[in-house]
Amino acid sequence: MAHAKNHDYHILPPSIWPFLGAVAGIVMLTGAVLWFHDVTPWVFFIGAAGVVYVMYGWWSDVIREARRGEHTPVVRIGLRYGFILFIMSEVMFFAAWFWSFFKNALYPMAEGYPKVQGTWPPPGIETFDPWSIPLINTLILLASGAAATWAHHALVHENNRRDVRNGLILTILLGLTFTFFQAFEYAEAGFSFAGNIYGANFFMATGFHGLHVIVGTIFLAVCLYRLQKGDFTPEQHVGFEAAIWYWHFVDVVWLFLFASIYIWGS
Amino acid sequence: MADAATTGHGQQGGTNFFVRWFMSTNHKDIGILYIFTAAIVGFISIAFTVYMRLELMEPGVQFMCLEGARLIPDPSQECTPNGHLWNVLITAHGILMMFFVVIPALFGGFGNYFMPLQIGAPDMAFPRMNNLSYWLYVAGTAMAIISVLTPGGNDQLGSGVGWVLYPPLSVNEAGMSMDFAIFAVHLSGASSILGAINIITTFLNMRAPGMTLFKVPLFAWSIFVTAWLILLSLPVLAGAITMLLTDRNFGTTFFDPAGGGDPVLYQHILWFFGHPEVYIVIMPGFGIISHVISTFSRKPIFGYLPMVWALIAIGVLGFVVWAHHMYTVGMSLSQQTYFMLATMVIAVPTGVKVFSWIATMWGGSVEFKTPMLWAFGFLFLFTIGGVTGIVLSQAAVDRVYHDTYYVVAHFHYTMSLGAAFAIFAGIYYWIGKMSGRQYPEWAGKVHFWMMFIGANLTFFPQHFLGRQGMPRRYIDYPEAFALWNKVSSFGAFLSFASFLFFIGVIYYTLRHGKRVTENNYWNEHADTLEWTLPSPPPEHTFETLPKREDWDKGYAR
Repeated sequence: MAHAKNHDYHILPPSIWPFLGAVAGIVMLTGAVLWFHDVTPWVFFIGAAGVVYVMYGWWSDVIREARRGEHTPVVRIGLRYGFILFIMSEVMFFAAWFWSFFKNALYPMAEGYPKVQGTWPPPGIETFDPWSIPLINTLILLASGAAATWAHHALVHENNRRDVRNGLILTILLGLTFTFFQAFEYAEAGFSFAGNIYGANFFMATGFHGLHVIVGTIFLAVCLYRLQKGDFTPEQHVGFEAAIWYWHFVDVVWLFLFASIYIWGS
Repeated sequence: MADAATTGHGQQGGTNFFVRWFMSTNHKDIGILYIFTAAIVGFISIAFTVYMRLELMEPGVQFMCLEGARLIPDPSQECTPNGHLWNVLITAHGILMMFFVVIPALFGGFGNYFMPLQIGAPDMAFPRMNNLSYWLYVAGTAMAIISVLTPGGNDQLGSGVGWVLYPPLSVNEAGMSMDFAIFAVHLSGASSILGAINIITTFLNMRAPGMTLFKVPLFAWSIFVTAWLILLSLPVLAGAITMLLTDRNFGTTFFDPAGGGDPVLYQHILWFFGHPEVYIVIMPGFGIISHVISTFSRKPIFGYLPMVWALIAIGVLGFVVWAHHMYTVGMSLSQQTYFMLATMVIAVPTGVKVFSWIATMWGGSVEFKTPMLWAFGFLFLFTIGGVTGIVLSQAAVDRVYHDTYYVVAHFHYTMSLGAAFAIFAGIYYWIGKMSGRQYPEWAGKVHFWMMFIGANLTFFPQHFLGRQGMPRRYIDYPEAFALWNKVSSFGAFLSFASFLFFIGVIYYTLRHGKRVTENNYWNEHADTLEWTLPSPPPEHTFETLPKREDWDKGYAR
């Protein structure tokens, strides 16, 4: 019984995705450097396409394995741990941007230094009115969080697939609306990305958040597609749950951005 | 496990070379890949240092000339000092050693191979992602080396900004090289974070039945705590170097006072990662040393529980002491006082570990096999590094020692003589298990004594140089520092020779070493689960999960 498996853990066959993924990654980042230095953007796009392709192929494999029943209860617990840990690392990534923001807001460069002159927001910076689009966006995200919870609840407790679908669609639509408003706000900004610490901070913090919103929206859309294909049961729905956790994480980051950068920081 | 022993390494039913080593989902194979790759990168990085020590052997610049780098000095020809080349080498040495040698060897290599074995897990929680960690590490290494070979500052190749990549230097450094270096660190960070997620999940979710948290072997614990440090600190570094990237390429002013930014902010964020990083480097070593000392003292480790809590305490404290790297940037007195006190508090859990190791040996039947020699060397030299760390933790004293060779000596005692000794201890301890062949004992001992003498000869005199005021990171120095620099260089050559000898030992062991026939070739105090398996272990281990009496000796009695 050399290869009899007498446990519930997931032992995987060899896979080409990790190797391809790393190759695509190095091509993409090399391409980014070439792009920064005005050589050519194409290497970057080729690499990025490779990364997307690897994600598609890899996660398709994961879904197939789930359908084959290889995700036993203990494997599902592991996947949940893994995703929570991933979100924790994301939180720490945002910690860097908040650190930069709070440093500059609490201890701006002293009077006599250019651009800031010891005040925050820096003189000449016209900040956004937090009670306009930012407030609307806050409400949109909170509503989308509620919709996501509705979908989650409908799956786990009622297995009402119609409600799951409606909840997910609503969440995705609200997510898209948020992105739209955010893009609109960016276009209206009275300060720029370059040249002033306020703009750098604002656009990098909210920009990375926006990127996460887009990723979360795609993640939810994939879940909607899988739901229509018949995936997810009240017992087994790790991908769905991960998408919803991710969405809540994005939601909470926004609340901190809204409270600190938009309200307090203006 | 006898039923699972039918296939050993080297005869994995029907998979070819590419499938086995490029598409692996096997924690043991990936662990071996990590160790080999780290050894290759380590060789490159050590070669850089030998060249640097060659240059520092005599006052004046004889080797790194603008007219062309030389291997043999030629007094008949002009030699204009090429400071850029020097700076590139110190930068590459730091980045490679930190991100691409020590962490991959200890955390990626031994962590991958032995953490699952010690907790009785059949593999990692995410075997495919495990391989992604490895290949991202290789990709990162490739980018780091590309960075050395692409156009950088001063119209030369490579970036000479120091491994900490401080702005404004790193922002102003021209060319693509710096961007490659930043992305190399990004890739290595992604690799480590994915690895950490994998390790934490494996540890929490896949321990053998009955193995509660405080029954887990110390090496597995050390890897687990290390994984937390990586998970929580590396993303912050990713943020900081992303700011560098946008400052360099998109005109943001995070670290540029002309736009209201602050270069000191970078130092804070970097060291918020950087200090946990030094514990990331050393903690797996703590784990290895605990097992080696226990085995060769023929006693269970003294104070298991305090050892675990000390690891956790060091991990937590590691996050709150970062600014002791930057006493001279103009922090307020109360900030300096806080960071000084917090730093000194770390000596307490570290002392718990050192005293527990000593207490383990106390009254034991100590046997100086090669791994024990390395562990003994570690104990002795890491403690010296720790004590000079206490000296440096005093803000007032650091005013004088900051950026001198005293600091260089301090952190090489913890890393080169601490972490690297732990790696060698681990290799000699486990190579029979991993390869099925045992190293020749005399050769291991020769390697140890060469390295021990060489490394001490290299770094001990640097304390004197630092006390005399020699600053670090310079290509040249006045006549007054000549003596100890010469001694230090001879030490470096001896260390390098020991590394070459080590490569020979490994080659001999893998090709002609004596076959290991027993599962446990040390003694009954090597009592973790990997010693219940054949050497080398079969491709898949624990296909039937281990029983409690396999690992819990107290329970079996």
